[in-house]
Amino acid sequence: MIPLSNYLIVSAVLFAIGTAGVFLRRNLITILLSVEIMLNAVNLTFVAFGRYRGDVDGQIITFFVMTVAAAEAAVGLALIIALFRHRESLNPDAFTSLKW
Amino acid sequence: MDLRFGVQLAIIGLTFFMLINASALLVLAERKIMGFMQQRYGPYLVGPHGLLQPLADILKLLMKEELRPKGADKWLFTLAPILSVTAAFAAFATVPWGAETTFFGLLETPVKLGVADVNVGLLVVFAITSMGVYGIVLAGWASNSKYSLMGGLRASAQMISYELAYATSLAAVILLAGSLSLREVVDTQAGTWFGFIPRWWIFLQPVGFLVYVIAGVAETNRAPFDFPEAEQELVAGYNTEYSSVRFALFPQAEYINMATMSAVATDLYLGGWHGIPLLDAYGLSWVTFLLKVGAILFTYIWMRWTLPRYRYDQLMAFGWKFLFPLSVVNLIVTAALVLYFNA
Amino acid sequence: MPEIVTFYLLAGGAVVASGLVIGQRNPMYSVMFLIVAFAALAGLYIQLEAPFVAVAQIIIYAGAIMVLFLFVVMLLNAPQEDGAEWDRTHPLRRPGMGRFGAVLAGVLILELAYALMAVNGLNAPVGGQTGAATVSSVRELGKVLFSRHAFAFEATSVLILVAMVGAVVLARREGDT
Repeated sequence: MIPLSNYLIVSAVLFAIGTAGVFLRRNLITILLSVEIMLNAVNLTFVAFGRYRGDVDGQIITFFVMTVAAAEAAVGLALIIALFRHRESLNPDAFTSLKW
Repeated sequence: MDLRFGVQLAIIGLTFFMLINASALLVLAERKIMGFMQQRYGPYLVGPHGLLQPLADILKLLMKEELRPKGADKWLFTLAPILSVTAAFAAFATVPWGAETTFFGLLETPVKLGVADVNVGLLVVFAITSMGVYGIVLAGWASNSKYSLMGGLRASAQMISYELAYATSLAAVILLAGSLSLREVVDTQAGTWFGFIPRWWIFLQPVGFLVYVIAGVAETNRAPFDFPEAEQELVAGYNTEYSSVRFALFPQAEYINMATMSAVATDLYLGGWHGIPLLDAYGLSWVTFLLKVGAILFTYIWMRWTLPRYRYDQLMAFGWKFLFPLSVVNLIVTAALVLYFNA
Repeated sequence: MPEIVTFYLLAGGAVVASGLVIGQRNPMYSVMFLIVAFAALAGLYIQLEAPFVAVAQIIIYAGAIMVLFLFVVMLLNAPQEDGAEWDRTHPLRRPGMGRFGAVLAGVLILELAYALMAVNGLNAPVGGQTGAATVSSVRELGKVLFSRHAFAFEATSVLILVAMVGAVVLARREGDT
C-alpha cells in the first residue's frame, strides 16, 4: 500500500517543475508545455485524493481538467501561430511593444 | 500455479510470434493476391510457389546499407520506426483471440487466449493506435527532406481526422454490447437468433461496421487512403530517406496495424471466435477467429488493388464531412433504439 | 513490495522526464519528453486503480494534444532558444538568474513537501478504504458524470466549441476566407 503523501509529493514536484518552466524558459511553446505539466500535476492530486476517499469524483474532475487543458492548448497554439506570423520569433521578450 | 503462469507466458510469446509471422505472411499474401488480380502469378521462384518470398525479402532488407541523411535528427530518425512498430505490437495486447480453454484438461482452471483482458480493453487499443501517429510524423520531420515532411504531415492529419469516425463507431457498438472489454463484447455475440442467424453485431450495426472498416483503412494508411506513401506522387512519402532495418520496420508496423484493425473488427462486429460450434467443442475456436480475420485482411488487400487513390482534399472532406457525421448519426440512432427497446 | 518499486519507477520517470522537458533547447525534444512524462503518469493512474483516467490521459494528452504541439513545432520550424544574446542585454537575464530560479523551485518543492508531511492523516495508505471497489468501474463513472456533474459536462461542450472556433479564427491567415 502506498501512502497518499507519496502521490502528493510527486504532484508537488511536478507542479514546481512546471512553474519553473513557465518562469525560466524563453520559448513560447516550452512555456505552454510547462503549463501542461502543471495541469497534469493537478490531475494526479485529484485522482490520488479520489482514491483515498473512495470517491469517484476525483476521476470525474480530471476529465474536466483534461478537456480544459485541450481547449487551452488549442487556443494557445493558435495564438502562438498568429504571434509568430507577426514577429518571426518565439521569444516572449520580442513582444514588448506595449511596454513604456 | 506455476504451470498456469508458464502457460500464460507462452500465450504472450505465441501472440507476439504470430504477429511477426502475420506481417511476413501478409507481405506474401499481398503480392500473390495482387498478382492473381492482375492475371499473373505473384512471386513464384523462391520456395514452392513463392512461399518463402518473405524470407528472401527480410534477408535482403537486413543486409542493405544503413543510411542516414546528414541533416537528419540523430535520435528522432531512429526513434520513429521504433515508435511505429512498438505501438503496432502493443495495440494487440488487449485483443482476445480465442475462448477460454484448459488445453484439453491440462489446466484446472481455463486460461484466456489473449495477452491481457482489462475492463477498458477497447480504449487501450484505441489509445495505443493513436500513439502510432508519432512514428509517422517523426519519420517525416526527422528525415529533413521535403518529400518526407509532406508525407508525414499528410499522414498524421489523415490519421487524426479518421480517429473521430473510428471512435464514434466504436461507441455505437459499445452501447449495444454494454462493456468496454473486448472479451465481454465477443461473449455477448454467442448464440443465434431463430436458430440460424448468428448474433453478430454486424447485423444490428451495418452502418457502424462500414464506417469502422473505412476508418480503419484510413487509420492504417492503406489504399485507397494511402496518400502518405503514394508511390506516384511522393516518391515514398515519409519512408523516402529510410533504408534497411529502419525501413523494414515501417511496413511491418503497417501490416500489424492492419491485422489489429481486422482482429478488433472481428471481435466487435463479426462475433470473434463464435460461429462454428464444432470447433468450439474441441477448443479450436481460434481457428474461426483466424478465418474471419483472414477474410477481412483479404478485403483490405482487395481494396488496395481495385480502387484508385483519393486526392488529399477529397480524403479529408470525406472524413470530416461525410464519415464523421454518418457515425454520429449512427450513434444517436443506436442510442435512441436501445432506449426504446429497453424502456 | 513490487508496488512501491513500480511507484518509484513511474514517479521518478515522470519527474525526470518533466525536468528534461524544461531543460531542452530544442522544442521537439521537449515535446517528446513530455509524452514520456504523460505515459509515466498514466502508469501512476493505473496504480491508483483509475484505468479509465489512464487511458483517457493517453488518448487525449499523449494522442491528441501532443500531436497538436508537434504540428505547431514542425510547421513553425521553431528556432532554438537563443539564450546568449538576451543574457547580455538585460540584467534579469544574466546566467545566474536561471540557477537562482532553479534554487527557488527547489525551495518551493521542499516547502510543499513539508506542508504535506505536517498534515495529519495523509500518511494513510491509499486504497485501504471501503467503497474503493466501486471507484474504477466505468459504469459508475458514467452514472456520476451524467447525473451530478451534468451541468459541468454541458458547459464543457460549449467550452470546446468556443475553443475550436477561436483556434480556427486566430490561426487564419489574413485574406483567407
